[in-house]
Amino acid sequence: MEVGQMQRQWMGYMKSLFMEGFLDGQFLQLQQLQDENNPEFVVEVVSLFFEDSERILKDLSFAVDQQSVDFKKIDAHVHQFKGSSASIGAQRVKNACIAFRNFCEEQNIDACRSCLQQVKQEYIHVKNKLETLLRLEQQIVAAGGSIPMMEWN
Amino acid sequence: MGNQEKGKGLMESQNSADKLTALVVDDDKLVRMIHQGLLKRAGVKNEAVKNGKEAVDIHYSGQRFDIILMDKEMPIMTGIEATKKLRSMGILSKIIGVSSCTEAKKQEFLKAGIDDYQVKPLTIGVLNSILEVVKARK
Repeated sequence: MEVGQMQRQWMGYMKSLFMEGFLDGQFLQLQQLQDENNPEFVVEVVSLFFEDSERILKDLSFAVDQQSVDFKKIDAHVHQFKGSSASIGAQRVKNACIAFRNFCEEQNIDACRSCLQQVKQEYIHVKNKLETLLRLEQQIVAAGGSIPMMEWN
Repeated sequence: MGNQEKGKGLMESQNSADKLTALVVDDDKLVRMIHQGLLKRAGVKNEAVKNGKEAVDIHYSGQRFDIILMDKEMPIMTGIEATKKLRSMGILSKIIGVSSCTEAKKQEFLKAGIDDYQVKPLTIGVLNSILEVVKARK
């Protein structure tokens, strides 16, 4: 595949991620911070997000499984996850966290368990999407092309 | 240049009045990375620390910054405590209180001495308007 084609494929993929609500404008901000002085910025940020998320999900699963549930602790973890997903523009994960926090407030453990599953699913989805996107970017760069700039209103 | 003490951290700014410096204070590594990336792109020399105490200590060591991005909730010393401490030390830097909450404790943070309050993460646009104000002051 030649570079132009790869770039068009990338643009199409990005557009779909926005249309489907996986990513929001915050992700575009991150892309704009990548340049010759900071060529690996997006990969670094996304990798850190994956690391953080996996740790938080582990902690959440543990907290939710306790005999005597500490809702404050669960809420603190979800708050953190909401923050990091918002930082990267992972909109659906962020929204799932918002719903989760409401149930923490209500101290509804069954709803919390269900929310945890939701959040996990959304995380796995966006992780796959981001990995695909970054792979496309690597291919473009390897072929000597540059990653297109996307506008978002 | 204002009433600030000049410490070793600000030597560069005497050569070029345009070169701003910033300190990122946040316990979240992801937020630090993003805010530092934002500052780097804007050409602002920057450092990062992970809680309020480290922010105070770096000032005790003599360093000074034009801008401080201060997170609110941090272990060991919160943004509110650190802001109060820095102001009592006579630090006149522009302190931007940064938080993931919109209204909660905003008043308390403002009272502690921040100049402005923003929801995190900052965007390029928000940072640019902050930088405009700081540059004009200089």
